Amino acid sequence: MSSSLNRSRLLGMAMMVAAGGIAQAAEPGFFGYGKTATPEQMAGWNIDVRGDDGAGLPPGKGTVDKGAEVYAEQCAACHGTFGEGEGRFPKLVGGAGTLRADRPELTVGSYWPFAPTLWDYINRAMPMPAPHTLSADDVYALTAYILNLNDVVPSEFVADRDSLPKVKMPNRDSFIWTDPRPDTMAKPCMIACADPGESKITSTAEGLNLTPRTTGPLDTMQPK
Amino acid sequence: MRPEFWRSIPILSKPASAPLGRRSFLGLGAALTGSLAFGGRAAAGEPAPASPPADAPWSQSIGAGVVDRPYGRPADTEAGVIRRNVPWLTAGTESSVSFSPLQDLHGIITPNGLFFERHHAGRPDIDPDQHRLMIHGLVERPLLLTMKDIVRFPSVSRIHFIECPANGGMEWRAAQVNSLQFNHGMISCAEWTGVRLSTLLEEVGVKREAKWAMVEGADGAHMNRSLPLDKCLDDCLVVYAQNGEALRPEQGYPLRLVVPGWEGNVNIKWLRRIKLGDKPWYSREETSKYTDLMPDGTSRGFTWLIDAKSVITFPCPEKPLDGPGPYEIRGLAWTGNGKIKRVDVSVDGGANWQSARLHEPVLSKALTKFTFAWRWDGQPVLLQSRVIDETGYVQPTIAELRKQRGLNSVYHNNSIQTWQVKPDGSVFDVQLA
Repeated sequence: MSSSLNRSRLLGMAMMVAAGGIAQAAEPGFFGYGKTATPEQMAGWNIDVRGDDGAGLPPGKGTVDKGAEVYAEQCAACHGTFGEGEGRFPKLVGGAGTLRADRPELTVGSYWPFAPTLWDYINRAMPMPAPHTLSADDVYALTAYILNLNDVVPSEFVADRDSLPKVKMPNRDSFIWTDPRPDTMAKPCMIACADPGESKITSTAEGLNLTPRTTGPLDTMQPK
Repeated sequence: MRPEFWRSIPILSKPASAPLGRRSFLGLGAALTGSLAFGGRAAAGEPAPASPPADAPWSQSIGAGVVDRPYGRPADTEAGVIRRNVPWLTAGTESSVSFSPLQDLHGIITPNGLFFERHHAGRPDIDPDQHRLMIHGLVERPLLLTMKDIVRFPSVSRIHFIECPANGGMEWRAAQVNSLQFNHGMISCAEWTGVRLSTLLEEVGVKREAKWAMVEGADGAHMNRSLPLDKCLDDCLVVYAQNGEALRPEQGYPLRLVVPGWEGNVNIKWLRRIKLGDKPWYSREETSKYTDLMPDGTSRGFTWLIDAKSVITFPCPEKPLDGPGPYEIRGLAWTGNGKIKRVDVSVDGGANWQSARLHEPVLSKALTKFTFAWRWDGQPVLLQSRVIDETGYVQPTIAELRKQRGLNSVYHNNSIQTWQVKPDGSVFDVQLA
């Protein structure tokens, strides 16, 4: 019990005092509602895999070749035969070296910082019409295939719980995980902040024909 | 089109003596709506009749009885006030967004049927009897809670906005979409009722080494995000009700997380699992998405806070001015930092500013309404609003944001909106140097 005597309880109790609410002991199990989750239940729900160290990756493995087979069947219709993306569905491949370009291309290869995140996302959310229906082996194989399409791993790469966390993604070190905002220092000037003649319109949405209608039935406009 | 269920509701108990059938009533209504203050057709330019009859048909007949519409619905003439999407923006509608019609809303509360949508794998229709919330990981006593269990905990009701950080994302490079709804409609505000997340975490007993929580939805995306434990214990809510009724399916029925003041996607809908851990998870939605790419090639992650933002909702492209004269400029302001301190309005593109009137209630992390009395002389003007929140943060211009973040950061465009009013009263979305 002592390990739970932490800021959670102290903060909670402080909030109750401040709110003048009903006195409640902030003891675990005080209300006693619900059931203790059993190990079997938790095993079924516990699907998360941590990106940076792969914690939670299950047993199993998959090769690049096997991944190509699964990909053709499960993924190519939307993401393209080689990850190039069909229509407006996401590209999975390419964009290396474009992050500073005028039109950067953010893909698994050019942008994603952690390989286990790819396993986790395919496992939890793909294929879109039937999410979380692939076997662990198939997810490993797909992960290997997509990494190989991006030249991140060689064609003989076998993805498993040991190999994936060791893959160094090209963009791994480019993320800053603390928010630097506020990053603007505007001052609330009130009078004569600028010469009114200086306010030049640099762009207008007028006449661009990109705006769906906002009255009547829903618009179905497509890009020109 | 109206949602299907509206049309499926039968018209009951029409008195036999009613002089006009439904069809002719609607026809007449359409001809007369120009005189209604908020009528959709007035905006479409149909002239109001010069002299409506002294007694309209609805004044010389008996109306529909109670429970004619057991749930209730907006007037037929408001049929155009709906959430709308930008079809060219996304591959399909399942992983997509819709926008609240801010141009037709009044006050700070968004009606439940008009609250903006952001789904990552479509809207699941969940059986609440089969829904569970699991809380586990670094806790003393892992719990599995039914909806009945959750509703039994001490409850709180709070008014908070939720905004998608991609709101305004189409405007980073240039003015593009001539609409209040499509440039700002990914914000909505509701009264949420549920249990404090801190109450649930006290109930399971958080272990000392826990620093983060992973929150996960029951939708097909199994949408998941990491949240620092401090925020969870501060003001997060696990809610089952929105504006007095059960959550709408589009908003997470039967259970969602509300993370006041933080970007919409961490407010996990269809919430089914909370796992405590010692580090963040770096899920797809916090690495490859919802991170902000800077001009130097680095990216900012975990940029959860919604910075202060305001927008004039009248006039706007959808609601032009109707000739010179006195007007009330109206708008909304909000900040993830807490309360709004002040809103200023400029009619000359930011050269000179005057403070607007804030309307009560001014609540923390909620929409705040402002108005500004103004006489339009019929000359071209450039309207802007600028918010200052209680931390002293000042809403920036798009030029200031671009200077810091370039053109490709997609999210968190909280810049000052400029509306260009032309001599004919029409209004256009523009950007200034």
